[in-house]
Amino acid sequence: MTCTRIRSLRHCALLLVCALSALAARADGVFETTLKNGLKIIVKEDHRAPVAVQMVWYRVGGMDETDGVSGVAHLLEHMMFKGTPKVGAGEFSRRVAAVGGRDNAFTGSDYTAYFQQIPKEKLTDMMALEADRMRHLTVAPEEFAQEIKVVMEERRLRTEDNPNALLFEQTRAVAFQAHPYRRPVIGWMNDLENMTAADAKAWYEIWYAPNNATLVVSGDVAHEAVFKLAARHYGGLKPQKPPAQKPQREPEQKGLRRLTVKGPAELPYLLMAWKAPGITRIDGTVEPFALNMLAAILDGHASARLPRRLVREKQMAISVGASYDPLNRGPALFYLYGTPVPGQTPEALEAALKAEIADIAQNGVEAAELARAKAQLLAAETYKRDSVFGQAMEIGAMAILGFAYRDIDAMNARLEAVTTEEVRTAAQSWFNDDSLTVGLLQPTPLAETEAASAPSAAPTRR
Amino acid sequence: MPHKISLPLSSLFSRPRRAILMLAASVLLAAFSARADIRIEHWQTQNGSRVNFVAARTLPILDVRLDFAAGSMFDPAGKIGLAALTHRLLDLGAGDLDEDEISNRLADVGAQLSGHADADRASLSLRVLSAPEKQAAALAVFTGILRQPHFSAPVFARERANSVAALKDALTRPDALANRAFWNALYPAHPYGNLTTPEGLAALTIEDVRQFWRAHYLAANATISIVGDIDRDAAGALAERLAAALPTEGVPPVLPDPPVADAGKILQLPHPASQAHIYLGLPAIAKNDPDFFPLLVGNYILGGGGFVSRLMTEIREKRGYAYSVYSYFSPMKQGGPFTVGLQTRKEQADVARTLAKKILADFLRTGPEPAELAAAKAYLTGSFPLNLDSNWKILTQVADIGFYGLPLDYLAHYQERVQAVELADIRAAFARHVRLENLTEVTVGAAKE
Repeated sequence: MTCTRIRSLRHCALLLVCALSALAARADGVFETTLKNGLKIIVKEDHRAPVAVQMVWYRVGGMDETDGVSGVAHLLEHMMFKGTPKVGAGEFSRRVAAVGGRDNAFTGSDYTAYFQQIPKEKLTDMMALEADRMRHLTVAPEEFAQEIKVVMEERRLRTEDNPNALLFEQTRAVAFQAHPYRRPVIGWMNDLENMTAADAKAWYEIWYAPNNATLVVSGDVAHEAVFKLAARHYGGLKPQKPPAQKPQREPEQKGLRRLTVKGPAELPYLLMAWKAPGITRIDGTVEPFALNMLAAILDGHASARLPRRLVREKQMAISVGASYDPLNRGPALFYLYGTPVPGQTPEALEAALKAEIADIAQNGVEAAELARAKAQLLAAETYKRDSVFGQAMEIGAMAILGFAYRDIDAMNARLEAVTTEEVRTAAQSWFNDDSLTVGLLQPTPLAETEAASAPSAAPTRR
Repeated sequence: MPHKISLPLSSLFSRPRRAILMLAASVLLAAFSARADIRIEHWQTQNGSRVNFVAARTLPILDVRLDFAAGSMFDPAGKIGLAALTHRLLDLGAGDLDEDEISNRLADVGAQLSGHADADRASLSLRVLSAPEKQAAALAVFTGILRQPHFSAPVFARERANSVAALKDALTRPDALANRAFWNALYPAHPYGNLTTPEGLAALTIEDVRQFWRAHYLAANATISIVGDIDRDAAGALAERLAAALPTEGVPPVLPDPPVADAGKILQLPHPASQAHIYLGLPAIAKNDPDFFPLLVGNYILGGGGFVSRLMTEIREKRGYAYSVYSYFSPMKQGGPFTVGLQTRKEQADVARTLAKKILADFLRTGPEPAELAAAKAYLTGSFPLNLDSNWKILTQVADIGFYGLPLDYLAHYQERVQAVELADIRAAFARHVRLENLTEVTVGAAKE
């Protein structure tokens, strides 16, 4: 569910398209092997343009952290650009840029991943760089001292000063009490303030090894050549057994939870999260597949149920949405959310959102609605093939969960087979108040916190 | 186009991604990167729409996009926000379909309709599978949207109200406030500086929308871009059909006098956020400006080059002042801005802003080093194919070339133009377009004095 992770809950229309497409891939042109040191390699050939993407996914993310060092997975990801004995601090990105490449990295709850988009003939240079930092990172204290400040600025930008993001963070922290998904990936500010270079180094030593990684290459490459190159660059790296991970299963929620976040805003924002099953086996229960189709029926396009009924017909919300990602290492949540129009209360919107689920639980969905959602899914399968990068993302995200890329075909078949009755059963089964967490952003107008600051206010001139 | 509220990312990138943080920059980046072997065919429809076409037959996908000179720079006096509201209403009922039927019929064949509206232009894009029956169904809906949007009273009232509410909400966010103040300060006498206000939006009428649409969504005002699984003959017929749906009566829009860079202003606006949002900049270049390539290459060195720019190295890497710091030129129909931006803990806002200005001043004074120039050229020429590695990216380039009237061989000569830039060209171009005395500074969330 690559887009879901990356764009999680941003533009939910996009989200659903991505979610559907992730489940709808084809295994055409995909080749896989594993090196003796345990590094899994997956190649997707796409010969439309003379470019390639190299991604290395590590099966370690925010959920593997412990209390007190939240954010260390992400901080380490930043430090991965700060040098090895062979490649000085900042040199990694300079070398990528010098060959006309773009690089970046990202961290989620379930994984940490690094990538370079490059002209295809530069793949071997990129492998040399990526293999070097897989086992030889320096983590110099003086570099750490600057980078931790960068990450704190990042937290301020993304979360502290973004009321919707704070609400999302708090809602997950309330929904999960035992499972590590309760902690934000970027880390609590106080944990960042107290983090040390030694914490980052320890993290690296534990988790960064070829047998905890998947190498994905997509683009205008020949898979045999990629396998050979990968063996040359990565083959000599020593494997290391990752520590046993405890399940930390979330105990059953036994009643509705509510929370409020106050922040500068004009409009309230409502976020409802139900505990939901995820996909653990391709041939497992139908429920996550039915929930996936339910989300598409609720919010898959501009006149899907939620926007049509609540924004267009009842005109009680400026925007509403549904979001569900069934592919996670940990537990899944099914979200409904929205912003009420001025004059409507969040309580009324909450009731209206629940009423839409109740309507489906009672009356089911129309065959045409389900067929429409499936048509979108099928089309998205084709659209997805337009992005070299997106294809690598999807492969990596599946591998992290222990699924083979070809399993996507089977997942797609499961989605295609979902019936209206199964969607109705899903709506009946998973939307009990007892497993619900409701977060509310309560706006504090700017005027109340500081002088109102419309840009037309008289500028100070120096 | 319906708008969605966004929730935060659950994945964190080690660097801000250009796509998110530098929306304006995408105009610039999009226009100047491509594979030399992309062949663009150009013609005009009978009623005067310009057409650019690239065949891409590998995937069974067809992308069609129309760009109209109908951006917010054409908002009539006293009706600021009209262009954006008109664009928003286009697909909410048209021809013999209501808004729900439009969305349902597109979804039924897996087609995706999207749109974009900025200061210069308003666009509509349709992505559909190239299978004949899917194409036909989606294009029937799309053509109806072009021919006869309803602009019905109840839909108008709802969308206007939602736009007002969303704008009020945006006016509580520091980055939105900083961005508005910046554009308003840079363009005091040009429509790029117009500010949409809740009161102004609320005063717009449906008749305003109808008039704006009749005046601007004209065949002669449209650029049609077609990319994908279709041959030249079929593309020709498709373009004729799309253009024929558009009104032809009307007068092409008149551009205002181009903006000029005035004496810089300093604005400090309060906000309770923990970070200050800082913008520095001035009006700079239009599309087609002959200085574009020296400015592109020079800016890569100053603040455009991801992790390796001077601004990034000094402000983020060495001092940890900011997660995101950048500079870019946004060439537009008329002089679009040069922008330096960053966000930092408000207690150190003055220090960070002063440093950013010093880096800019040093750059203007001495220009880049030879090694920096070599690195910039290596990146900008080497990464060229990455910007045309999908049909969607090709569509973006082609639409830009079409709308802004860039030469058709523009992409073919991109790399050699980058290679031709000399150190002296960069210094001279920056001296012409970026003068410190014209630099405006906006800080939202400044520390209390």
